[in-house]
Amino acid sequence: MSTTTNGTSTVPAEAERIRHILVSRQDTPQRPGAVSASLTYGWRALLKIKHVPEQLFDVTIFPIMMTVMMTYVFGGSIGAAVSGQEAGGDAVGAYVQWLIPGIFAQTLVMITMYTGLTLNRDISKGVFDRFRSLPVWRPAQLVGALLGDQVRYTLAGVIILVVGFIMGFRPAGGLPGVLAAFLMLLVFSFCLSWVWTTVALLMRTEQAAMGVSMFIMMPLTFVSNIFAPTESMPGPVRAFAEANPVSTLVGCIREFMDGVYDIGSITAVLIYCAVLVVIFGPISMFVYNRKS
Amino acid sequence: MTLRSDDLAVETRGLVKRFGETTAVDGVDLSIRRGGIYGVLGPNGAGKTTVIRMLATLLRLDGGQAHVLGHDVRSEPAAVRGKIALTGQFASLDEDLTGLENLVLLGRLQGFAARAARSRGQELLEAFGLGDAAGRQVKKYSGGMRRRLDIAGSLLVTPELIFLDEPTTGIDPRSRNQVWDIIRTLVDAGTTVVLTTQYLEEADQLADRLAVIDHGRVIAEGTPGQLKAQVGAGALNVRVVEAEDRERAAEILAAALSADVVREADPTALTARLDAGARASTALTALEEAGVEVETFSVGQPSLDEVFMALTGRKPEPDGDVAGDEQEAAADGGDHGTAGRAVDDEAEARTR
Repeated sequence: MSTTTNGTSTVPAEAERIRHILVSRQDTPQRPGAVSASLTYGWRALLKIKHVPEQLFDVTIFPIMMTVMMTYVFGGSIGAAVSGQEAGGDAVGAYVQWLIPGIFAQTLVMITMYTGLTLNRDISKGVFDRFRSLPVWRPAQLVGALLGDQVRYTLAGVIILVVGFIMGFRPAGGLPGVLAAFLMLLVFSFCLSWVWTTVALLMRTEQAAMGVSMFIMMPLTFVSNIFAPTESMPGPVRAFAEANPVSTLVGCIREFMDGVYDIGSITAVLIYCAVLVVIFGPISMFVYNRKS
Repeated sequence: MTLRSDDLAVETRGLVKRFGETTAVDGVDLSIRRGGIYGVLGPNGAGKTTVIRMLATLLRLDGGQAHVLGHDVRSEPAAVRGKIALTGQFASLDEDLTGLENLVLLGRLQGFAARAARSRGQELLEAFGLGDAAGRQVKKYSGGMRRRLDIAGSLLVTPELIFLDEPTTGIDPRSRNQVWDIIRTLVDAGTTVVLTTQYLEEADQLADRLAVIDHGRVIAEGTPGQLKAQVGAGALNVRVVEAEDRERAAEILAAALSADVVREADPTALTARLDAGARASTALTALEEAGVEVETFSVGQPSLDEVFMALTGRKPEPDGDVAGDEQEAAADGGDHGTAGRAVDDEAEARTR
């Protein structure tokens, strides 16, 4: 028969090595727990940043652009209304104090959208088949991706704050206030990301996921108190803006940065966070488990 | 029939999977013994991958039952995942990461501590001849290297059962032989291998038992030898000295063997089906008597190619229990003379 005639001369050594590693591994390790598995997937996300640093474009250039653009385009006019000063240079200065915390929140909230887009691309690759065939807590794959994104959000946040500082932002709450605001924003971003994982898993293509995400994102960030006080808006819009979780978040962040720690605001944001995870986490997993 | 007998690695009954209107898997029954290599052979779109993905708990069953290593894939998917490994059709690797990082990732997900995962990964890379490429991104690997790494990724913890979905599709012959050797080594070490392939030669080379799948159904099952025997024929390959003699030779062979003769791409080569009872020697004598000079001839067992053509050359009958109804398929097969190219794995003789 013609079997096993190919390359027989080199085979035994390799076969022996392979047989050796198969038998040398008798003690199967304990399966990893949910936390350990999530962290491992988070580590994967960091490795991807290391190997493909271009993917940081959206968390570096975009925040700078947003901060500079929004402040100087709207600063003069909205700043005058917000601060009660004459339109122009002083108004911009006053507006920076008010706007930077908002831009900080808005930019990070917008960046969370990329989590879903990356997942949509990632999940169509063969490696996800392998992940899904492992005896691992399944949500770890999504949780890990979101944990890895915390690094991206942190980078973006630092950039915004530095640019803001250069532009004259001086938070009254000092470093503790800024750190508290940062932490709160990261928690909110993590929770909001489950909306985008749901969208990403439901949509077949990245473009479709992008379209739906933008559709949600625009009102969420613009119909809020980020750029202007909600009091200035007409009835229904104002109602939407005040019910918008992003407004609640931005309100809380402004307080932190002013050195105000209000239990009511903190609780309100955390409730929104919990609601987002409780609704969109299970939906994401439901869709994920049925994804073919 | 016992549904959970211990010596079976895989047992399915009436497996069904639908995607919208199309029924990708339409009542597949499989009984795969532990140990050995089981081949699932079929053309593109036959439903092979869908079957594998259902068995690996990646797809939900729309009907029927499946037990893998004694566990129901529906009710105990975690238990199944703990014992199997899957190497998907498209490299199940993270292209952006290096070879070592991929293995460390998979090792940690299997529960190895960071350092142990690293040393286990390195050990596997060395064994698979990828030691030098450990620090290189997988996207820079060749097809063969990817495949080997892919299989290594399934072996961090030695699985009881490994699913290989088209393990050699799209790689060069040398890499293919390496992958075959790896697969044989796995089996020697006691792992059960279930592989899908659309290469008949691969099934013939590796599998000790196989199922032929077409349109989501098992149309034949058995050892490669049994399947060939069912077709009940071999092939006579003849190469004439002068290309202009070929036409005449074809007519003589067709008459002597009362079978179809295939003109190969080589202008001097012919392949004729040998139906049961046909005598190759008679045909060769007829050629000699007609004065056709024969360069070489060989008698081959029917290739799996031919088996496949014989089994699927007709429309599969939708009625009746198609799976396992080998007799009928074989009986029909003999009448369809659309022979593929035979593999000359039997006697080859030179006449001059």
